[in-house]
Amino acid sequence: MADVLKKVPVREQAPKVRATNFDEVCLGYNKEEAMEEASRCLGCKKAKCVEGCPVSIHIPDFIHQVKEGNIEEAYRIISESSALPAICGRVCPQESQCEGKCIRGIKGEAVSIGKLERFVADWARENGIKPTAPAEKNGKKVAVIGSGPSGLTCAGDLAKMGYDVTIFEALHKAGGVLVYGIPEFRLPKSAVVEKEVENVKALGVKIETNVIIGKSTTIDELMDKEGFEAVFIGSGAGLPMFMGIPGENANGVFSANEFLTRNNLMKAFRDDYDTPIAHGKKVAVVGGGNVAMDAARTALRLGAEVHIIYRRSEAELPARAEEVHHAKEEGIIFDLLTNPKEILVDENDWVKGIRLVKMELGEPDASGRRRPVEIPGSEYEIDVDTVIMSLGTSPNPLISSTTIGLDTNKRKCIIADEETGKTSKEGVYAGGDAVTGAATVILAMGAGKAAAKSIDEFLKNK
Amino acid sequence: MYKIRKAEKLTSNIYSMVVEAPRVAEHCLPGQFIIAKMDEEGERIPLTICDYDREEGTITIVFQPIGASTEKFATLKTGDAFEDFVGPLGRPSELCTDDLEEVKKLKLLFVAGGVGTAPVYPQVKWLHEHGIDADVIVGAKTKDLIILEKEMEAVAGNLYITTDDGSYGRSGLVTKVIEDLVAEGKQYDRCIAIGPMIMMKFACLTTKKLNIPTIVSMNPIMVDGTGMCGACRVAVGDEIKFACVDGPEFDGHLIDFNVAMKRQAMYKTEEGQALLKLREGDTHHGGCGNCGGDK
Repeated sequence: MADVLKKVPVREQAPKVRATNFDEVCLGYNKEEAMEEASRCLGCKKAKCVEGCPVSIHIPDFIHQVKEGNIEEAYRIISESSALPAICGRVCPQESQCEGKCIRGIKGEAVSIGKLERFVADWARENGIKPTAPAEKNGKKVAVIGSGPSGLTCAGDLAKMGYDVTIFEALHKAGGVLVYGIPEFRLPKSAVVEKEVENVKALGVKIETNVIIGKSTTIDELMDKEGFEAVFIGSGAGLPMFMGIPGENANGVFSANEFLTRNNLMKAFRDDYDTPIAHGKKVAVVGGGNVAMDAARTALRLGAEVHIIYRRSEAELPARAEEVHHAKEEGIIFDLLTNPKEILVDENDWVKGIRLVKMELGEPDASGRRRPVEIPGSEYEIDVDTVIMSLGTSPNPLISSTTIGLDTNKRKCIIADEETGKTSKEGVYAGGDAVTGAATVILAMGAGKAAAKSIDEFLKNK
Repeated sequence: MYKIRKAEKLTSNIYSMVVEAPRVAEHCLPGQFIIAKMDEEGERIPLTICDYDREEGTITIVFQPIGASTEKFATLKTGDAFEDFVGPLGRPSELCTDDLEEVKKLKLLFVAGGVGTAPVYPQVKWLHEHGIDADVIVGAKTKDLIILEKEMEAVAGNLYITTDDGSYGRSGLVTKVIEDLVAEGKQYDRCIAIGPMIMMKFACLTTKKLNIPTIVSMNPIMVDGTGMCGACRVAVGDEIKFACVDGPEFDGHLIDFNVAMKRQAMYKTEEGQALLKLREGDTHHGGCGNCGGDK
């Protein structure tokens, strides 16, 4: 009998093997393993896990169905709340959401809710189960800007209510951060993302790629000329930040966005695609979030020795615990409590090294985390040929600067009501990173969901 | 898919294509660019808009194959299509967005180098349509590389053509023509120079000497073209700007061309290519379409 206090272990590619390929790291549960893990769920009446889920999936109900072996029914329950379960099961920070609240977690390991969700979604896909479009359409047109997690969720929910939804995507492929940002080894593109996008389309949602709102057309034109009665903005956080240190414009310095977009969206890691990417020998990734882990593990797979440079300590790393764990297993070197001062360049303006300074933690700052301060005289240099800046992003001003009456805050984020997604402009709603600044897939989905509900209320009462 | 309504060869190695892209055609202005991608495996290649027809919903692009991807573009024929074609990107030329009455007071000089004639043309045409006739210098290495001469003649105030080898028009570099025109008594309030980096650099050195404020159009490495990747960052004075959202046009006298060219030189010189090969394996083949790496 398995230890009921512990999760059923999930199969993964061995670290040494996966460090050389782009295949998915985690292999997921099979049905037997899933049913065994599901039997660990206590089926709480007042389920804390549901409170921890930004889209309020009926977690104990779907897990109960898994335990009984009724996977199709489990999928139906999840689908009531989430349009992208195969994605969430892979990229949600479960430890701080559903699993973080699990009662099992008090005296042992939480139920592996994320892995169960993933199993159910994968099973449904493999068995050809798709959501179906509603029989009745109400004929009202809603535009959704951006096909990332918030946009897909909002569009899916509205389509289920009978709306005629069109998503406008700036890039040539739908999925937003799910295709350009998160790497293949964490979230397979054709096997998972494309299929979930197909599922949203199966609900009747239309997707028009290569349309940059603010350039190719504007929100005002969509509403005045193209007959859209409401608009949801889920345009994400686009603009990469840099440190402003010397040497940052040298050849060999990339934003994580550029590095990951080349690799993930443009598939530069594959020989049959034309887009080039830098194959560094020794790479420094600056930052400690999920994006930094993704960039580091991508560079590793392209053949580099990789250092994560992060100014606080391990406890403050913003990345998901699983990503940090995987990165370490694969051989990423963590230079913690360290901060760059200068990028060193050679006579051809190529990166040849990075000058770092040691840090220590001082008093807590506004974020509640202890503020890192430099240790005088602790500067040192390491040789690197590539530097990837992963310091976060800020929202793209393309939409806010071209939409009359849409207010933004001083960080250029669109101002939207947290509960409803309502903006300062009538009929226009917003959510996800465009509102909050860079956050997580599931929070963006939660915002898309909330906005769909209020758009429905707005249009019903119009 | 974005159908190519007409594909033609303007010279032995410069191509022109009229592409159906109604959303772009409805909203673009001179100075802006598009990104085209041929097929699933293709790169996203930024190209400046050379002409547009709002009624027909078409965009004209003109390009010189300078890498794997643009070589592939060149194989497309009338009736073929681009899988992706997005725009208009970047900011329009200030001449088309500033107060027209103020612009009318300016004496304008355009300096176009080689295939850079293509992005200059729509600006001169727009100005002509708004009652402003600008002087235009078109320079190229040799006669065969002169494009859009007739079209330009129809919209320019005075058109001065020069070739480096003297095979057509005046003889010598565009900088010499700028100096000659000023020596002949011409006065200019603003110069707009678009062409290869080296030409823009020397045009700016000349106009600085002559005290003529100068705008240039930068075309650095780019991936998404919407501000997301940051690959196109350019040092303008003390600031770092993104060519795709802040540009592509900048004050030429504030651009550090040496830094910008070093970045391009990495792809251009043999030494640079060898170094790249060493550092980056076989991944760089000049296919980005921006650097002219393998030509």
